[in-house]
Amino acid sequence: MTAALRFDPIRLPEKCEQLRKEVRAFLAEEIAAGTFDPHKPNREDTDAPEFSRRVGAKGWLGMTWPKKYGGQERSFLERYVVTEEMRVANAPTRRFFVADRQSGPVLIKYAPEHIKMDILPRICRGEICFAIGMSEPNSGSDLFAAKTRATKTDGGYLINGTKIWTSSAHIADYMIAIFRTSPPTKENRRHGLTQFLVKMKQPGIQVNPIGQITGQYEFNEVVFTDFFVPEDHVLGEVDGAWKQATSELAYERSGPERFLETYYVLTELVRAVGPNPDTRSAEGIGRLVAQLHTMRRMSVSVAGMLQAGKEPVVEASIVKDIGTVWEQQLPHRVRDLAAFVEETATNRETLEQQLDFAIKTAPKLTIQGGTTEVLRGIIARGLGLR
Amino acid sequence: MAESDNIVVETAEKIFADLADPQTINNDKKNSWQAPLWQALSEAGLPLSWVPDDLGGSGASLADGFALLNAAGRFAVAVPLAETMLAGWLLAQAKITSPEGEMTVLPASPRDRITLDADGALSGRARGVPFAKAAKHFAVLAHGKDGVCIALVDAGKGRIESGLNVGYDHSDTVTLDKVQPVTIKAAPDGVDQTSLMLMGGVARSLQIAGALEAMLDISVRYSNERVAFEKKISKFQAVQHNLARLAGESAAALAAATSAADAIANAKSFDDAVYLEAASAKIRCAEAAEKGGAIAHQVHGAIGFTIEHILHRYSLRALAWRDDFGSESHWAVELGKLVASRGADELWPLVASR
Ligand SMILES: Cc1cc2nc3c(=O)[nH]c(=O)nc-3n(C[C@H](O)[C@H](O)[C@H](O)COP(=O)(O)OP(=O)(O)OC[C@H]3O[C@@H](n4cnc5c(N)ncnc54)[C@H](O)[C@@H]3O)c2cc1C
Repeated sequence: MTAALRFDPIRLPEKCEQLRKEVRAFLAEEIAAGTFDPHKPNREDTDAPEFSRRVGAKGWLGMTWPKKYGGQERSFLERYVVTEEMRVANAPTRRFFVADRQSGPVLIKYAPEHIKMDILPRICRGEICFAIGMSEPNSGSDLFAAKTRATKTDGGYLINGTKIWTSSAHIADYMIAIFRTSPPTKENRRHGLTQFLVKMKQPGIQVNPIGQITGQYEFNEVVFTDFFVPEDHVLGEVDGAWKQATSELAYERSGPERFLETYYVLTELVRAVGPNPDTRSAEGIGRLVAQLHTMRRMSVSVAGMLQAGKEPVVEASIVKDIGTVWEQQLPHRVRDLAAFVEETATNRETLEQQLDFAIKTAPKLTIQGGTTEVLRGIIARGLGLR
Repeated sequence: MAESDNIVVETAEKIFADLADPQTINNDKKNSWQAPLWQALSEAGLPLSWVPDDLGGSGASLADGFALLNAAGRFAVAVPLAETMLAGWLLAQAKITSPEGEMTVLPASPRDRITLDADGALSGRARGVPFAKAAKHFAVLAHGKDGVCIALVDAGKGRIESGLNVGYDHSDTVTLDKVQPVTIKAAPDGVDQTSLMLMGGVARSLQIAGALEAMLDISVRYSNERVAFEKKISKFQAVQHNLARLAGESAAALAAATSAADAIANAKSFDDAVYLEAASAKIRCAEAAEKGGAIAHQVHGAIGFTIEHILHRYSLRALAWRDDFGSESHWAVELGKLVASRGADELWPLVASR
């Protein structure tokens, strides 16, 4: 076979089920205490510092990292369970999930030891928030067109330029960003970008909020003016960031957050149709559940590959492609199926509010973290087409 | 279920490679490949994989048998291998010894029913029974007044109206009119028509997934050979994206099917979790057959629409297999009802049950 795309049927070990119970109990307590309302995805309390700290205190941040950095040395499968339970409950994870999923692993791989010892334990305690500075006004999909410059100076670099669409930059303590340290070469237009750790909330950085069509503020423009980054904040090889990008993306692309962002409308649909649905609703729900189940099994399988030390770049891209297209269609399918729901369904108002928000959310799902088109290019490369 | 770490699959793949080459089959309008293939499979004990030694079979595990069906799908073999395996499995549930030769199961649709009369005779009609015409025996699941029974029936005793499915394989209507079975026994607890349909559905899911793997393979290869506008068509982004989607559908089908097979092979009974797995696999694989098959044809252009080309062996069979043991519409309605009856707050716990 040209393409050996195998998604082994990973079975979650017993300790994952135990952990799942603990997470559910914790979330139930938080809901009871009024930390968040699972039925209100459009709430404004996305920055929940106290909640972050409580999740950290449970040992659920940096779960797979070495103990000396505050981690728990637990498996990717255990981390998976925590992530999906948080997502399904609609918990306010925005403050910690980028650090936990992406920034921490990058630091573990590329940061000098003293920085790891300083920052990683704080991530694990849920004290700090990270942002990702990849995109620029004229460089989104084409990351290698990035222009924001890092110019060598005494003891470090001076940064000038603008990052954009930076999620959570307004609350972030740190950003991991790529900056141009040299021009691209003729042979390699990917050459010349370097990854840096940037400490936010300092002079020389200005964060300007950008509103979204959902009515929320989540991403920002970040302007750097002669902003100083010390030498030891270089992550990995100077001019070699392109080599570092791919493994980071496997983490970003295959997790449960890539098909569960609009999941809440499905639960509410099931509630609204009640225990004896007509054939049309039953069929619609059945298909959606079968599709969801299949994606989750694929996603769990990729977590198993990560656990086995593999870099499943193509598999992760497939999960993100199918997963995001699905979560984008989901609110529209639910709207279809809800058309004949009784006016008297007890949760009708909740369902309608949720649909309104999910439909506004949907367009971004196939853009954030790499567009569908870019992912399909990666899959095509994996198939040997380019 | 990697191709090579399994002796059952290895044996089967060797036989398929020797005797079931799709192009050879396609060229052989007299079907003279069928007898040698069936003989080789039988000599290797593969059709009775799921029958224990003491009941006349070769006693392979459920998992190995499912992997074998996936391999069969990759070759789109059109002999009653899956059907005989299922029949043997069903008979073994009631400790009935399997005879030699081709078998199939009745009913093959969740909507048909075979009943057991007071005098021990079987009656009823089963539609869309795969390979009934080729079968020497039927394994029948019947409903009597004391519950569910499993019977071995001489195929000659049934009335068969032949039909062909969309993939040109036999899909027949079988009528039993007061037929006396060779053997009949009560089904053990937990084995009923639904479990038979779920087993059959998962068997078909693995075959569909295999066919999609093959379609991806030949489509990628073709796109790297065919030149248009002075380029290989694989260099056009639109073609690449189509193939990436086909890869996604193929991967989804395989993931759903192998996950369901793994669930059945390791479960103690056909509980709700197995039901979710098996029904989902049939639904998702059927959807993948539709979407993936369309892309494979698109990539091949007109050549793939010819009877000479092997693509249709996979694409039409994958489409036909959707109909056996309950279509995706059937299972979607049933799964939807199950989910609704358990209630909204039980949906996620069900999905996350393993
Ligand atoms: C909600 C949200 C949050 C985000 N958060 C962050 C963040 O925290 N940090 C960050 O750095 N970025 C973030 N992004 C930015 C995101 O990564 C980019 O939007 C994305 O990579 C696409 O870039 P672009 O918006 O410039 O679109 P473009 O690159 O201009 O693309 C426009 C269209 O052209 C298509 N296209 C472009 N190139 C090709 C090609 N080669 N082949 C085929 N089609 C192509 C694209 O697929 C797309 O459909 C976020 C985006 C969103 C929507």
